[in-house]
Amino acid sequence: MPSNNIARASGWPLLASELSVLFRRRRTWAMLLALAAVPVLMAVAVRVSSAVPPGRGPAFLDRFTQNGLFVGVTALLVCVPLFLPLTVGVVAGDTIAGEAGLGTLRYLLVAPAGRVRLLLVKYAGAAAFCIVAPLVVALAGAGIGASLFPVGPVTLLSGDVISPQEAVLRLVLVAAYLTVSLLGLSAVGLFLSTLTDVPVGAMAATIVASVVSQVMGELPQLDWLHPWLFSYYWFGFADLLRQPIAWDSFAGNALLQGGYIAVFGALAYGRFVTKDVLS
Amino acid sequence: MTPAGRRVDLAIETRGLSKRFGHQLAVDGVNLAVPSGSVFGFLGPNGSGKTTTIRMMLGLAAATEGTVSVLGLAMPDRFHEVLPRVGALVEGPAFYPFLSGAANLRRLDAADPYAAASTRSARVEAALERVGLSHAAGKKVRAYSLGMKQRLGIANALLSPRELLVLDEPTNGLDPQGTREVRSLVRSLAADGATVFVSSHLLAEVEQICTHAAIMSAGRLVAQGTLAQLRDAGKARIRLVTHDAGLAEGVFASLGMSPAGGRSNGALVYGDGGQDGEVVEPEAVVAALVAAGVRVRGFAVEQGSLEDRFVALTGEGFDIAQ
Ligand SMILES: Nc1ncnc2c1ncn2[C@@H]1O[C@H](COP(=O)(O)OP(=O)(O)O)[C@@H](O)[C@H]1O
Ligand SMILES: [Mg+2]
Repeated sequence: MPSNNIARASGWPLLASELSVLFRRRRTWAMLLALAAVPVLMAVAVRVSSAVPPGRGPAFLDRFTQNGLFVGVTALLVCVPLFLPLTVGVVAGDTIAGEAGLGTLRYLLVAPAGRVRLLLVKYAGAAAFCIVAPLVVALAGAGIGASLFPVGPVTLLSGDVISPQEAVLRLVLVAAYLTVSLLGLSAVGLFLSTLTDVPVGAMAATIVASVVSQVMGELPQLDWLHPWLFSYYWFGFADLLRQPIAWDSFAGNALLQGGYIAVFGALAYGRFVTKDVLS
Repeated sequence: MTPAGRRVDLAIETRGLSKRFGHQLAVDGVNLAVPSGSVFGFLGPNGSGKTTTIRMMLGLAAATEGTVSVLGLAMPDRFHEVLPRVGALVEGPAFYPFLSGAANLRRLDAADPYAAASTRSARVEAALERVGLSHAAGKKVRAYSLGMKQRLGIANALLSPRELLVLDEPTNGLDPQGTREVRSLVRSLAADGATVFVSSHLLAEVEQICTHAAIMSAGRLVAQGTLAQLRDAGKARIRLVTHDAGLAEGVFASLGMSPAGGRSNGALVYGDGGQDGEVVEPEAVVAALVAAGVRVRGFAVEQGSLEDRFVALTGEGFDIAQ
């Protein structure tokens, strides 16, 4: 008796279903395991080699042997340019195009999921992945670091020293920063995903967008454009490793990503609500 | 069953419904009228626009021109009121291959905001039972045969009690036993009071279970009505066996009747329409033949079949691959 229930109708069961399908899928597990392997490989490599000369390799690599908690931060730093955007590109590019490719999109819409609701649920699923992915890297890094190296008070970039517990909190904060960083890319992926019925195409296009954004960010000729690129703040989390914490880049990042969500969310909406579902 | 307690006369009504893909008019000015409570066969050869029409009915594709109302409400504007009351199978089944049959149904049921979560498992189980898939409920759909997927697709349409079922080629990929089961399923759904709209390119399917039918050809609706109406509109033929063929032809000509299908097996076959298109009664024909001295050895009136009608309208034979 739908008309009696309209007020009660919500998207929560669909969101729960979306999260369960996403996180029970073998592909998602494979990507998270691959991300977790990054800190493990780095830590093991440092452990088996006699000494890392200071200043070689990624930042803080030489500090692993003194304090295992550095593994988490270093691994996040290593994953920012490629591994994290790669996995987010797969998830965000798959959102609508994956359903269209399987043909399940027509059955979700006939259920009726509602196009706007489906779009919101799909974006929420991608956002959930953006929360989980950096967290997996950070925690896998802290875990492997703690088991292979000594753990002690951590010296911040500002020279202040914090306790190991506080250091883990900072690590989670950096992961949260990267979550925010990836939300704009997810919105781009969602939009690209509404354009095609071929999920691999949308995934590849999203990943290419992240590479292009970073490459343009490297070109001095495009200086004026840099603050508008969604990757502009991707490496700006060093501010979170000072005492007191400088929130400027976190706020700037959030504002920028919010802008991307608004623009590409609107584009995805405009495309998807008028799209003929013929797959 | 209807939320507001209203029962509309037409479960589906389209007016001037058209869909253009590039230069091709896939659906061209279709005026469908599907009475509530009917089992409605939507017939047409492959590519005649059946699935495209169904997509527009369900709000999946926008009409280029024309309107659709389903259960008395305009589509796609009122989809959130209409679609929870409609179960559908469109252009074959489609599922997540990495989920089990039951998990697939739970997923699609969760997408219906009006389906109660508390009864979900029970309804999924009942739907699987109804299509004979209980034994494969926990199996990944990847491992399903085409026929099993088809059954799962029908189970999805039956997850909630529905007032209208739209089944696009529901027996595709099913074995004869499965086809019989679908037929009896459709009958039982109709007996429960649901309107069933079945598209098919298989005539036998429609003739056996439907009360009404419509025939599509190259995007156009070329006939619709009750089965009896459709059969009657296919004109009867007169079949005469005689040695006096020349004489008989003269008699038919004087009655204004024209040959239909020429001679077959030495018999003359004529349409039963005379001058002004009026039907000439068979007894009048025999009387005229006898009066002219034609030796009548055999005389038969053959009623038009739905198949004749279909062939006449679409210029194509049915693929009776059963
Ligand atoms: N996505 C599409 N793009 C272009 N043409 C299409 C598309 N879908 C269907 N058509 C065309 O529309 C016509 C009707 O197709 P369809 O409705 O699937 O027929 P049926 O279901 O009766 O077999 C066909 O000629 C087909 O080629
Ligand atoms: Mg079809």
